[in-house]
Amino acid sequence: MKMAGDKDHVYEGLKTIVGDAFVSRDIEELYMYSRDPGASIPRNADWVVLPNTTDEVREIVVLAKDMKIPVVPISGGLTLSGLAVPVKGGIVMDMRRMDRIVEVNEMSRYVVVESGVSQGKLLSFLKENYPMLRHSMPDAPPAASVVGNTLIYGSGHLSKHGAHSEMINGLEVVLGDGEILRLGSLAVSPYWFGRAPLPDLVSLFVNWFGTTGIVTRLSLKLYPAHPLRDMLIFLVQDPGTIPEAVSRITATDLMEDVLIVASRPPKSPSVISLLTVYLTAETPEELDFKKELFVDMFKDFGKEGSKIVFTPKEMLPQKLVHGFMEEPQYAAATADFKKGGGFEYVGVVLPLSMVPVAWKKGEDIAKKHGFDPLYTVRNVGLGHSVVFAFAYPFNRADEKSLKRSRDALADTNDMALEIGGTPWKSELEGQARIMARMDPMVLSVMHGIKKVMDPEGIMNPGNWEHG
Amino acid sequence: MALDDFKDIIHRCFRCGYCKFTSNYSDFNCPPYNKFRLETFSPGGRMWLIRAMMLKDIEPSQHLADILYTCTMCANCVEECRFKFHDNIVDIIMEGKASLVEAGVVPPSVRDFFKNIYTNGNPWKEPQKKRGDWAKDAGIPHYKKGDEYLFYVGCIGSYDQRVQKMARAFGQLLLRSGISFGILGEEEYCDGNEVLMMGEEGLFEYLALKNIELFKEKGVKKIVTLSPHAYNAMLNKYPGLGGDFEVVHYTELLKELITSGRLKIPGTRKMKVTYHDPCFLGRWNSIYDEPREVLDSVHGIELVEMKRNRENAFCCGGGGGNFYTDIIGGGEQSPSRIRSREAAETGADIISVACPTCMTMMEDGLKGEDLDHKIKLMDISEIVLSAIIDAGESI
Repeated sequence: MKMAGDKDHVYEGLKTIVGDAFVSRDIEELYMYSRDPGASIPRNADWVVLPNTTDEVREIVVLAKDMKIPVVPISGGLTLSGLAVPVKGGIVMDMRRMDRIVEVNEMSRYVVVESGVSQGKLLSFLKENYPMLRHSMPDAPPAASVVGNTLIYGSGHLSKHGAHSEMINGLEVVLGDGEILRLGSLAVSPYWFGRAPLPDLVSLFVNWFGTTGIVTRLSLKLYPAHPLRDMLIFLVQDPGTIPEAVSRITATDLMEDVLIVASRPPKSPSVISLLTVYLTAETPEELDFKKELFVDMFKDFGKEGSKIVFTPKEMLPQKLVHGFMEEPQYAAATADFKKGGGFEYVGVVLPLSMVPVAWKKGEDIAKKHGFDPLYTVRNVGLGHSVVFAFAYPFNRADEKSLKRSRDALADTNDMALEIGGTPWKSELEGQARIMARMDPMVLSVMHGIKKVMDPEGIMNPGNWEHG
Repeated sequence: MALDDFKDIIHRCFRCGYCKFTSNYSDFNCPPYNKFRLETFSPGGRMWLIRAMMLKDIEPSQHLADILYTCTMCANCVEECRFKFHDNIVDIIMEGKASLVEAGVVPPSVRDFFKNIYTNGNPWKEPQKKRGDWAKDAGIPHYKKGDEYLFYVGCIGSYDQRVQKMARAFGQLLLRSGISFGILGEEEYCDGNEVLMMGEEGLFEYLALKNIELFKEKGVKKIVTLSPHAYNAMLNKYPGLGGDFEVVHYTELLKELITSGRLKIPGTRKMKVTYHDPCFLGRWNSIYDEPREVLDSVHGIELVEMKRNRENAFCCGGGGGNFYTDIIGGGEQSPSRIRSREAAETGADIISVACPTCMTMMEDGLKGEDLDHKIKLMDISEIVLSAIIDAGESI
């Protein structure tokens, strides 16, 4: 990668595009945008720029292309896996000024958002203005971006409808040559209601981590928001029963989300695993019916020691119950488990049937590196897959602690691939491990596409690069 | 305190970003982040930069000083941060500023602020002997031993022409209530709250000790402050330096006087009023109800809330010395202009304030938005007083 000779020229060019206030090459901003809250080792940025419009994004990309400078988009900056931290320096493009909710189509149930719109903003906006509609809220902090989370295969409170990437109706993208694409139904229609029945180009930008283009707008599916929402909590005695339990639950198609969390609470001698089933309803009768159905489902389930035990909310600490019901859940609390300000996890997309194997191997890895198992397992679709997250908190002030987490993450990536899973939103090392196992033909096509989409190699380079 | 006291806490900020928002996540509620949008200007960003400075990964610089001094100390981050150390965030930012003071790297306007207060007792180099001029011809007495309350006016109330009216209105209400009170006039000195918030701890201690000595010499037991900033310093910081006084904000005292029947409001004011919570009254000291109860006690007033209110109120942008230094700067995205637009959205005739800093900031904000002809800026005392005057009562 050639770094342009004239840094001042780039700086002045960026200022001309977005105005002086929204460009920086000061050490303080470069420090901040060279690292994220995860365990990745910092990597240097050279400029930070905050565009306000798609046209400004286009102009910045053209400047970057002309100067052969990398450009790395960031919106929420909360992947924890360093995806928005430059690998090869260059311009970090912070999208958070572009935070307009452009359109809501109430009848066709979609929203068009710019790439800086936060999950929190969309949640609050819909509650206030369209209380009959909701989007699938991930358990990332509210500052996480809707577009970023959707493009990296996030999942959330409406997991029965699949991963968030499957909820995309269309995208507006600035390509590596500065051209602007509008994909999905908008390509032929004034309405952005869906992707089909056209050749699907949206996928060229999903899970590519900004290496094929910079998404500036996204049309996202919304879903009915029912007036009643509640949950059931079950104690899982034996993780080996999880596939059967989730399979039975999802077969009903009557839940919105199924989430299993496992951790060792303070002072507890063992790991506690709780399975939560989220329910919504139009009437109290409907809600009661659903609750009864699921409670009955597990009355005679399993043998002694491998039961799924219904646990009334009243029996649990109310703080825990409140936390489970919160939107988004306060998952960031994990960062303070070691009073250390950080955690990172390997999320693995797995077939449901592989959960017990992953569970056991995760325990081995945790033990090897001195952790307690800290898992979340979310059903995605109707039992079609799960996202299994193995989390490793660390103390940011202790380099040894950071290294321990990095080592555990590396082992977990290997384990995930060995058992037939796919690591999710992987950091560089994880990407390398995936590509090392990838079908060579697929890898070759991937790199062919990348070359066509980004001939100058300026779009978040270093990611999905092989060899 | 010193920055080193937080060395076991500062790395615990995950930069998750809750601190930027209102409690329902609808808006960015951190004034500098909302304006600049660079992650460095968020509370978490500041925490990381201060830690980097502690680790010597970065050096004190003018840009770092700008980043820290745009912080208005509004404490939204304290309110919204979900971690157990949330109470320490503003302390850490304060100590970060203190480190810059120690390193001699502060913005010129901050340096001038400190210098003027040290040499003149106020930020504008106004003569000390004119400090009590606002009270001339208003019948407001000088404090004498045995008076129940010292009415502490503060720098802005003493010298800013608009805020002087606010001080006079409260003085008139005290006179009407029959309570014994007095001001210190030219003997009064800066309370030091902003100096402390800007990291000049030595100067704060000097001011606080000077005030404490004077108050004790005068036999002061109870203090009523015009400013929530002075209220905060005297209530929470002076005791640690030997200054144990009973401190109330003027809206608390007004509420008590009205409730006890010592202050009657005979008139009616048919108007729609919105109330802007000052940070140092609300988030810093949890006083939300008293100002509203005072407004409610005026017949005819319809109180309408802005979208962001109480714990979620958006700061006017004046705290942390910004009313003087203006490091956060003007323009459409300046906090006071945003707040003026929010006030106008309520359809209120009046935006009421309970803080001299807010009064000056909102005056500018309304003018900047060309709303000063549509929505009137009044302090709570002025509203109460206007109801009494409307009823034809003499003061």
